[in-house]
Amino acid sequence: MTEQLDRARRTGQSAAGGPADSGTTAPGGGAPGDEAPDRETPAQLSRHSGAITTGRHRVRYWGVMALLGGLSVFFTAGILGYDNPMPFGTEGYWLIARMRAETVLVIGVVVLAQAMATVAFQTATNNRIITPSIMGFESLYVAIQTGAVFFFGIAGVTLVTGLPQFLMQAAAMVLFAVILYSWLLSGRFSNIHIMLLVGVVLGGGLGSLATFMQRVLTPSEFDVLTARLFGNIGNARSEYLPYALPIVLAAALLLWWRARRLNVVALGRNTAENLGVDHRREVMLILTLVSVLMAMSTSLVGPMTFLGFLVATLAYQFADTYSHRMLFPMAILIGYTVLAGAYFIMRNIFYAQGAVTLIIELLGGVVFLIVLMRKGRL
Amino acid sequence: MPDTTSAAPHRHRSARPEPPRRSLQQTPPQPPSPFPDARAIRRQRRFTPALLIGILVTLGLLLLSLSTGQYAVFSEDGFWMFGITRVPRTVALVLAGASMAMCGLIMQLLTQNRFVEPTTTGTTEWAGLGLILVLWLFPGASMLARMSGAVTMAFIGTVIFFLFLQRVTLKSSLIVPIIGIMLGAVVSSFTTYIALMTDHLQTLGIWFAGSFTRVVEGRYELMFLVLVVTVLVFLTADRFTVAGLGRDMATNVGLNYTAVLFLGTAMVAVATGVTATVVGTLPFLGLIVPNIVSLFRGDDLRSNLPWVALLGIATVTACDLIGRTIRAPFEIPVGLVLGLLGAVVFIGLLLRQRRKGGLVA
Repeated sequence: MTEQLDRARRTGQSAAGGPADSGTTAPGGGAPGDEAPDRETPAQLSRHSGAITTGRHRVRYWGVMALLGGLSVFFTAGILGYDNPMPFGTEGYWLIARMRAETVLVIGVVVLAQAMATVAFQTATNNRIITPSIMGFESLYVAIQTGAVFFFGIAGVTLVTGLPQFLMQAAAMVLFAVILYSWLLSGRFSNIHIMLLVGVVLGGGLGSLATFMQRVLTPSEFDVLTARLFGNIGNARSEYLPYALPIVLAAALLLWWRARRLNVVALGRNTAENLGVDHRREVMLILTLVSVLMAMSTSLVGPMTFLGFLVATLAYQFADTYSHRMLFPMAILIGYTVLAGAYFIMRNIFYAQGAVTLIIELLGGVVFLIVLMRKGRL
Repeated sequence: MPDTTSAAPHRHRSARPEPPRRSLQQTPPQPPSPFPDARAIRRQRRFTPALLIGILVTLGLLLLSLSTGQYAVFSEDGFWMFGITRVPRTVALVLAGASMAMCGLIMQLLTQNRFVEPTTTGTTEWAGLGLILVLWLFPGASMLARMSGAVTMAFIGTVIFFLFLQRVTLKSSLIVPIIGIMLGAVVSSFTTYIALMTDHLQTLGIWFAGSFTRVVEGRYELMFLVLVVTVLVFLTADRFTVAGLGRDMATNVGLNYTAVLFLGTAMVAVATGVTATVVGTLPFLGLIVPNIVSLFRGDDLRSNLPWVALLGIATVTACDLIGRTIRAPFEIPVGLVLGLLGAVVFIGLLLRQRRKGGLVA
């Protein structure tokens, strides 16, 4: 929970009525009202426990948001228009721009999915050091793809590519996740840590299974499979975009709608139940949505382990609030800036678009190590 | 390479639980007590008929391993072939299986956590990083140089992990392996990056799959370093048992805790590094074997050690045989078989403990 820093500062402004409608209303979940009872001294330090504590905090939040927004726009424009070989306005120019717009869209969808999923997941598990990507979603995806080719040969490739199949796969991943979570989170000894560890180990096992099956494939089957298995940012499976986009949006909207409940879930199981939130049901729902988001992101661009972690950690750092309605936009903007920026720079300066995900992994990995060493309690 | 053998000075001999000494003033010689000497009990417990059966089963598996393969070893020059590939491979199986299982055991004692072993603390990934670094900085380096790199990095990585564990208060013991696996993912992303930059990506893929296929005469001699580690573990087992009580308790009974910690880390690093260089990664081995032995036999380290070694050897050999026969004449790397079976067993162990309510955070 956020510390109320510089509480002693005389701000003269109350927190309510700021530009952020969502963040400044009294938070759902039974937090006390945002004005302390000592109203006799209106010009005093206003004590309140809203999402934004002081005027300076608000300025900082919106300043960071504006900066990120500016950077996002800049990088988007860069990706779309920089170094286009055709003269402006010709048909070829727009063709190229359209292709690039697709990349921008992919980046947007992936970031939306990863940022929302990671923040929600860390809230549900009450742990800010783990990410949903170690829970074996990618491995499951790879295992499904490999399994189809393994059991049905080259014909199996048609079983895993194509839109109905894509939706089936996503459904299978979500179903798997729901069954796993509901089974592990039910019963007398339900324990989120066991669930996590089982997920991680299962991920490793599925990875081994997939590699095992790949070893058994004939070289031609293997070639077909690897060509189909993963895209990356520069070469995403964009034929899935029209389906992934609405699904991701729907899941993200659901999370946004339940953001206030998330604020309560973040307080931990006992507190949340005292405040009248069905904690287990809420966690189940969050994890289901997270698995939907992760399934979409993975099927578009393949596995990304630390992007979500990087984004969520930076969002906590800059937003410095418990309110998910303020954390989510911040995380999404940070993610978009990072991913679009990395793509733009790698593509136009180093000519290595393939290494974008790797660079982000490295960056996120370093941040992970720093956070790990600074944390006192896990 | 740090000199590991001198890390345990002799004054820790006192750490061994000794039978109570009778003082000289006791005049009447007492009747033999109904409780015989603890050491005698231990000796009885160590060599049981069950252990003999275990040894026989393992030997049977090893013989199978010696006789499995594509080459007819009973032909003209078969014996020569037998000496070049079959024997080295089987020796490597024995050494890798025993040492990796023991490494898991040592790490579990030192961290007081049942879910710790070289693959769940990132030690293996650090070893891989060391390998790639050597390949990158000194192209054409010898096996010995690669191995030193792997051992050094594995040591550094394990120390980092232990330091981290000492700094952080944990809500649940289950967080430790999760953090370790994440840490491993960070390290392996670095390794992948270097490999990508230096065109060693395929080497990395081969290495990560962990296979005894490449173990032939001239490649496996380094494995005998692991034998040294294995013997050392047997010699210093009691110290690790005491260290497993925690720092305060161990210091109270006169153990130099830091020295034991260092010794354990060094041994784990050597075993992991050497095995990684010669064979590759063997996932979950150090986790499953000690836990299963504990399930059946409790926690007396000294009498469990032979069992851990045996079960480790038997597991690796069985998995290697599966990998060799399932698609003969092609081979499936043993690491994959282990990864698959290991994950299943690991989850089974977790859920079993959960049912008993032993894992309430």
